[in-house]
This record gives sequence, structure tokens and C-alpha cells, in this order.
Amino acid sequence: MKERLSGNEAVATAMKQINPDVVAAFPITPSTEIPQYFSTFVNNGTVDTEFIPVESEHSTMSACIGAEAAGCRAMTATSSNGVSLMWEMIYIASSLRLPIVMTVVNRAVSGPLNIHNDHSDSMGCRDSGWIQLYSETNQEAYDNMLMANRIAEHPDVKLPVMICMDGFITSHAIENIELESDEKVKKFVGEYKPKDYLLNSKKPISVGPLDLQSYLFEHKKQQSVAMVNAQKVIIEVAEEFKKTFGREYGFFENYKMKDAEIAIVVLNSTAGTAKAVVDDLRKKGIKAGLIKIRVFRPFPASQLAKDLRNCKAVAILDKADGLNAAGGPVFTEVTSALYSNNVKDVKAVSYIYGIGGRDVKTDDIKKVYQDLAKIKDQSTVRNPYRHLGVREE
Amino acid sequence: MPYNFKEILKKKERFTSGHRMCAGCGAPIIVKAILRGLHDEDHAVIASATGCLEVSSFMYPYTSWNDSFIHTAFECAGATISGVETAYKVLKKTDRIKDDADTKFIAFGGDGGTYDIGLQSLSGAMERGHDIVYVCYDNGAYMNTGIQRSSATPRFADTTTSPAGKKILGKQQPRKDITLIMANHHLPYVAQTAITKDFKDIHEKAEKAIYTKGPCFINALSPCPRGWVYDASDLAKINQLAIDTCYWPLYEVENGKYRITYKPAKKLPVEEFLKPQKRFAHLFKPGHEWMIEEIQKEVDVRWNELLKLESISQE
Repeated sequence: MKERLSGNEAVATAMKQINPDVVAAFPITPSTEIPQYFSTFVNNGTVDTEFIPVESEHSTMSACIGAEAAGCRAMTATSSNGVSLMWEMIYIASSLRLPIVMTVVNRAVSGPLNIHNDHSDSMGCRDSGWIQLYSETNQEAYDNMLMANRIAEHPDVKLPVMICMDGFITSHAIENIELESDEKVKKFVGEYKPKDYLLNSKKPISVGPLDLQSYLFEHKKQQSVAMVNAQKVIIEVAEEFKKTFGREYGFFENYKMKDAEIAIVVLNSTAGTAKAVVDDLRKKGIKAGLIKIRVFRPFPASQLAKDLRNCKAVAILDKADGLNAAGGPVFTEVTSALYSNNVKDVKAVSYIYGIGGRDVKTDDIKKVYQDLAKIKDQSTVRNPYRHLGVREE
Repeated sequence: MPYNFKEILKKKERFTSGHRMCAGCGAPIIVKAILRGLHDEDHAVIASATGCLEVSSFMYPYTSWNDSFIHTAFECAGATISGVETAYKVLKKTDRIKDDADTKFIAFGGDGGTYDIGLQSLSGAMERGHDIVYVCYDNGAYMNTGIQRSSATPRFADTTTSPAGKKILGKQQPRKDITLIMANHHLPYVAQTAITKDFKDIHEKAEKAIYTKGPCFINALSPCPRGWVYDASDLAKINQLAIDTCYWPLYEVENGKYRITYKPAKKLPVEEFLKPQKRFAHLFKPGHEWMIEEIQKEVDVRWNELLKLESISQE
């Protein structure tokens, strides 16, 4: 059915339809609305969920870990410093192989303090062993939520999933959305039936050992394998999603990439702005294209390399600075994907943009394509680590 | 039913031997005693903060816990067990747990995980009213990392971060009173206990805490032979001196009513408790008598406060 919802409402609606067992959350802008909407569902008896109004984000993730290990579906939502505070527990959740689902409404991490959108929060924990799905629109955030449990709980995966969307831009803007019926969602998501869990009194288990030199490496390897397995599962779930609901998803979206000579790689809502620029450039006969990454973890390295190999120049846009004298996190991963897949003729350049909610307009994106048009004919890329839309003084 | 020590010891063992805790450590004895508070037919999920107990009882692939057990991190045993307890509530509510027996939820933390790094998580869990028991085994320092001072370390004690130096003689601050802090959360049941000869105090308080609905807190004195520096065989003696000097009063607060559960016939000078522990050796050097006097003063003030709280709440 057609609706008009904000991103936060869309996520809260998905959570309502999934009816998780436990939701623990602590308010932080711009994700606060999600637990607010959800508490209303709880207190009105719309869901069976128990809500834990924890006293911090560290306790949010600790309580989610406790609930999920106990045998329940646990969910939460947070942003920015909330992610920072739960950092320790984010790693523990994935190492205990608990399929928790968390929405991260992307916001700049302190400091100094800023409440607006960039990706420094979720990018900061990109190597924490969580699956990360990014969303351009409310619809994508909603759809990613419907697929999250299926991916996380798959026996070959058993990893937590982070659903990311842009703070305010997506979380607070109201857009048209196609909602699915409660019954269809319930059927698609299915029931959670863990094999081992704390509350199985017939088979008590111990969770979270001291794990030293003799075993930790093997356990970490298993996590690594699970992330590889997730690639197959993500595609299987997307295929079933398409059959059930009609909307199509992959690791990333190619936009006018078939014959593209210059391309931008980007995450989340900026893809919408960039698509408008691509359309404009195409009208002028410029072979511009765009790749919007949906699945950042696991990273679709070989697939990206394959679809970028015919470009002459590509700009990778990062809404989080690497602060590493080398480039943003998406840039370093995409370029390493190109190199390790033997694609060596594509020139690549890193643009850091939109930090702390700095507005990104079509003119900014146009500037990137103009740069690419020059870069494609140059022998080397001068200054591959650039900042877009920043005052230089 | 009158207290029967022998009968209680026949209960099934929930914390098995083979753990790696030191000889002469109070913690495993406390854990066993607390778990005897569980009725044999009931299940438990036990959480633990990072600390001696956790690293010595659950080193992969071995566990000493016969009940389900979870450890996540140092500062969040309170939040972790509240997640488990909430999961139980929802599974019960939606008819997905068919057991006739009950499942109880107990968290253990040392004084580091309770008084200090874990205080926020503990306070939050208690305020939210989860049906849990949080047990602090208080050995008065961060023993697992090598005897660093905590806010539970007694005044003047020698630790590796409050050494008895030439100028500064051990920890300078008096200890935090976590039991009263918990009592002021207005919980249904709060108790302070220690291992006594017949274990009556800890056994009774454990059962009461476990079978009182809502969040309950127990603080148990847990002597540490490495940090306090005494002979392993002196554990029982140290416990007894702690309570006979009123350094560690045994009491409970039930729905706001204070009751001291042990009043020594003859209150011994605190010196008796300090003397067998090498962490206080510098107090017994000539010219340092004032330090023992200071500690005695503090013990007396706190004991008298407790007597007052008991008498007020009986009115």
C-alpha cells in the first residue's frame, strides 16, 4: 500500500511488522524517533515486544546481546556517538555470532559535537564484523529492514546487521513509500529458531569465554568465513524479496554504467543527487555513470572491479574522512578491489564531502564529473585525495 | 524450616570444581553459597562481569558452570543480565517456554565491575526493575589485573596503584559504600554478607534475594590471598575478623527495613582485622598508630550509622 513516511517512520514500521522480541534503545539525534514510535507500539499493545529503556548505548548493545543470546530477536537504533559508546559491545555482538539488527541513522561522530549527517559513525566500525547495508531512500531503508533478519539469522551467516541511512536527509524527510502487508512481511521474515540459546533449560550453554592463543584465531576465521558466506545469502534473500515484493536489490546499483567512461561511486542519499547530474550529463552526450553501494560489508570487491573495469576514471565519494593521508574508506577499498582484481587502467580519485551535514548540491557533483573528464585523459592522477565543498581558508 | 547446614550441602552442585581460582580465594566459595539459594528444580542463567571469576571459570573450551552462563565485558553484567531476563519475560508471555520450573537470573561482578566501571550499568538495571539478583564479590581492588586500587579499597591499603610509599602511605581515600547506594535505589531486597562458619548468613540471604521478585543486590566480602596477602589457610579467620570488628557489618534491607543480622558479642578493635594482612603492614610501623586510629574512627562511624538506620526503620 502507498504511504508517505519519513525514514525513521519507515524503519519503525518495519520493526512493528517484524515484531521483534526485545528492543533496547537510548535516545540520540537523529535516530531518537525510532524508539519513540516503537514505544508507542509497545504501550498500545500493537507488538509483543518488550522494550528496555536502557541508560546508555553501551547498555543498549549489552542488553541486545543478552536478549539475543537468550534466544530472542533483538533490535535497536542509534546514531553517531551512540555507536561510539557501544563500540566495545559491537565487536562482542559479532564475535558471539548474534544476529542482532541495528539501524544506524548516520550522523557525524564527535568532536566537535555535530548532529548532522555524515558516515563517520558506521564507517568507524566497518571492520567490526557486522554486515552493513546502506539505503538511498526511505523505501530502501524499509526494504533493507525486511531482509535484515533473513540474512543475519541464516545458519551459514549468524552475524549482526547494520541498516544505515542518512540522518535528517533520509530519517526526517517524508517520501512516498510502498509498504507491504503485515501478513506478507511476517511470512517473508519468518520465525527465529536458534539452535543453542541460554534459556534452553534442557541444554544449558556458556557464552563469551576467555579465548586465548589456542582458539581465538580459529574463532575469528569462522567470523571471516561467515562474512564470505553472507555474500551468497544476501543475493538469495534479495532474489526471494524480488519474487515476493517486486523490488530488486544487489550488492550495488549500476546507474547508466553500461558504456560509462567516467563514474562516481557513492553511498546513501547522495546517490539521488548524483543520478540527477548523470541524467543531465547524458543529455549532453557525456558518458557519465554511477555506482551506488548498498552492501558495504561484506565488500563486493570482485563485482565492483568487474563493473568498473571499462571506465576511464572513477571518483569515490566518502562522507567520512580517512584522516590517513591516503583517502576515504570507500576509496581505499574500491581502489584495492580494482588492484587485486587486476584492473589497473582505471584512474581513481577520492573526494571527501558532506562532512558534518555540509550540503551537497548538484553543482558539487557536476564539478566532480568535470574533474573526471580531465582526469581520464591524464597519465596520472595529481592529488588523488581531495575534499569537495570545503572552504580552503 | 530451621536452618540445616548439612542438608543444604547436599544440594546439587551448580559451580563445579576444576576452575582456576586461587587457593584461599573467597569468590568461588561465595558463588557456590549463592547458588545454593536456588531450589534444585529451578534453572538459572548466570552472568558475570570480566574479572578473576570469569577468566578462571570459563576458559574456552572448559566451563565450570552447570547452568547457562554469559559473559560479555567488564562494565555491563547488569545490562547483559537485564537483556536475558527481558528475553525470558517475552518468551513466557508469548508461550514459547513450556517449563514448569522457574528460571532465575543472577549476575556476579567484582568490586571493579560493580563499584566502578560497572556502576552505571548496574544502577540502570536496578532502576528498571528487572527480576534479577546482582552479587558483588568484593575483594577491595582490581585483583584480576594485578591488585590496583578501586573505590572499594579500604583506606591506607597498599595496592599497585596506591603503594605504601615513602611519602604517600597507601590509598588515601575511604571506601565507597555500594551497599547503601543500592539500598537507596529502594530495591525490595539488599544485603551485605560474608562467609561464616555455618554459612547461614549467606545461604539465607541468597535464597531470599533469589526468590524476592524484582531487582535484589548482595554484597559479599571476598578476601583475596594475593591482594590482601595472607596465608590461604587463614581465609575463614579473616572473614570472621572482618565481621567481629564490624569492618564488614552483616545486614539486610528488606523493603526499606534495615536489620543487622550479626552483632558481635564483643566488638573487636579493627587492628585485629588489619594485622594478619600484609597490605596493611605499614600501619604497624612505629609512628603510624594514627592510621589505625583513623580506620577505627571510620569503622565506628559507619557501624553507628547502621545501628541508627536499623533503629529508625523499626519505629
